[in-house]
Amino acid sequence: MAYSDKVIDHYTNPRNVGTLDKSSTTVGTGLVGAPECGDVMRLQIQVDENNIITDAKFKTFGCGSAIASSSLATEWLKGKSVDDAMKIDNMDIVEELALPPVKIHCSVLAEDAIKAAINDYRVKNGMEPIELEKSHH
Amino acid sequence: MNIPIYLDNNATTPMDPRVLEAMLPYFTSKFGNAASRNHPFGWVAEEGVDYAREQVAKLIGASEKEIIFTSGATESDNLAIKGVFEMYKEKGNHIITAVTEHKAVLDACKHVEKLGGRVTYLPVKEDGLVDLAVLEAAMTPETILVSIMYGNNEIGVIQPVREIADIAHKHGALFMTDATQAVGKIPVDVNRDGIDLLALSAHKMYGPKGVGALYVRRKGPRVKVTAQMDGGGHERGMRSGTLNVPGIVGLGKACEIANQEMAQEAIRLSALRDKLEQALSVLEESYVNGNVQHRLPHVANISFKYVEGEGLMMAMKDLAVSSGSACTSASLEPSYVLKSLGLSDDLAHSSIRFGLGRFTTEEEVDYAVEVTKKAVTHLRELSPLWEMFKEGIDLNSIEWAEH
Repeated sequence: MAYSDKVIDHYTNPRNVGTLDKSSTTVGTGLVGAPECGDVMRLQIQVDENNIITDAKFKTFGCGSAIASSSLATEWLKGKSVDDAMKIDNMDIVEELALPPVKIHCSVLAEDAIKAAINDYRVKNGMEPIELEKSHH
Repeated sequence: MNIPIYLDNNATTPMDPRVLEAMLPYFTSKFGNAASRNHPFGWVAEEGVDYAREQVAKLIGASEKEIIFTSGATESDNLAIKGVFEMYKEKGNHIITAVTEHKAVLDACKHVEKLGGRVTYLPVKEDGLVDLAVLEAAMTPETILVSIMYGNNEIGVIQPVREIADIAHKHGALFMTDATQAVGKIPVDVNRDGIDLLALSAHKMYGPKGVGALYVRRKGPRVKVTAQMDGGGHERGMRSGTLNVPGIVGLGKACEIANQEMAQEAIRLSALRDKLEQALSVLEESYVNGNVQHRLPHVANISFKYVEGEGLMMAMKDLAVSSGSACTSASLEPSYVLKSLGLSDDLAHSSIRFGLGRFTTEEEVDYAVEVTKKAVTHLRELSPLWEMFKEGIDLNSIEWAEH
C-alpha cells in the first residue's frame, strides 16, 4: 500500500515520543487497543491550571498509520484546551494523513486514546468522565 | 548492491536471464500453436513443449507423460483436488488436508465441501509438522485423497511426505502434495516420496509467471482427474486450452537449471539463512518460527516481540520482505499459519518472513541484518508494550479494550 507523504513523515520522524508521569494528577493517560489486534496506543496529556494541554506524549505498537495517527494527535493536542481536545474527530486525522479506508481504524484508535486520556485526567481531578460514543467502532 | 533489496522470494522470484533467452523465440519466430498438427509452425511449438515436458518430469523423477501444463500452482491444486473428488466420489467422499496449507488447497477443499464432500483439516504441531498419528487416526474407508504440502510458504517447514504417502496408501487413498515452494529448491522425487499428484509453479523457481504443472501418476496406481475446463481436450483431456508455449518452454528451462544447480544453491542459501537468523537472534525477544531441522534452505520466519510486523516492514523500506500480520486487509487478522503453530496473536502480528533466492548475495544479507536491527530497536522505543515489558509488567494482567 502506498502511504501519503505525511504518514511517512510522522512515521519516520515521530513527534513527542515518550512517557509522562502517569501518577501525577496533572497527567491523563489513555491506553487503547489490544496486542492481539495488532495495535496498542498510549497517549498522555499534561494539563495546566487553565485547562490547557501543555504537553502530550505517545507510544504506539502498530502499523505505520497507527504510529502516524498518534504522532499527529500529540501535535494537535499541545496548546489546546481540554474541551477543544475533546472535539478532535477521527475523520480529521483521516483527512490530514490521507489514510486509506482500511486504515480508518487507526484514526479511531487515536480519537479513543485522546478521549481516554482526557477522561483519566478528569477522574483523577474529581470530575465525571465524559460518556463516549461507540458508534464508529 | 541495488536498493531496495528483494527478500521475498517465496512470493515470487525474478526470472533467470537464461530462462528468458530460451523463451524469446517462442514469442516471435516459433509462435505456432502446439495443437496445430498439420504444418511446421505447429510442429516447432510442439517440439518446444515436448522438450519442456521432459525437463519438468526429470526434475521430479516423473515420466513426461505424467505432466499436465496449467496456468500455475493454484490451478494445479484446484484441478487435483476437485478433479480427484469428482472422479472418485463414488468410492468415498472424504479428503484430508492440513490447516497450514496454501489457500489454493484450502479453498478448493471448501469447494469440495459444497459439493457434498467431507474434509478433515489436520492441526499441526508447534513446529509446523503434521502429526502422523493424528493423520492415521483421521483416515477412514471413505478417504480418497490426502493433500499435504511439501514445504510451507510462510515458515519453510518440510513435511514428512514419504511417511504421509505411506499412511494414505495403506488406507487406499491417493496422496497429493502442493510442492510449489519445494520443487527446484530441494530434491523432490515422486517415486521416492510416494506422490500421486503434485502441483508446481514456474515463477517460484526463476521462471515466468502464469505457468505451472500438475503431475498425475500413470502407473501404480493410474490416477485420473476430472477436467475442470471443457474445450479442445488438450493435455490428455485433463486441461483444455491452447498451451502457453513460451511460458511452458520457460518452465522447462527453469527446471533444467534448478536440476543442475539446486544442490550447490541449497548449501549456499542455508548458510546465508543461518547467518541472518543468528545475527537477528541477538536481538532480545526474537523467535524463529517453525521446525529448524526440516525446512527449506531459503526461508526464515522470525517474530520480534512487541513490534508490529507491518509497522516494522515500513521501517525496513529498503528491504522487500513479508509480514505475518495482514494489517493491510480490513480484517486485521494475523497469519493463520503462524497461529496454527500456537503462536499468540500478538507474536503472529510481530513476524517477518525473509525469503532468500538465487540472486541474493551475502552483502545483501548483511545489509538486511543491519536494517532490521535498527528498525526493531527504533520501533521498540516507540512501543508501549516494550516499555511495559522492560518495567516487568505482565501484559496479560492488563484489561485491553477490544476493537
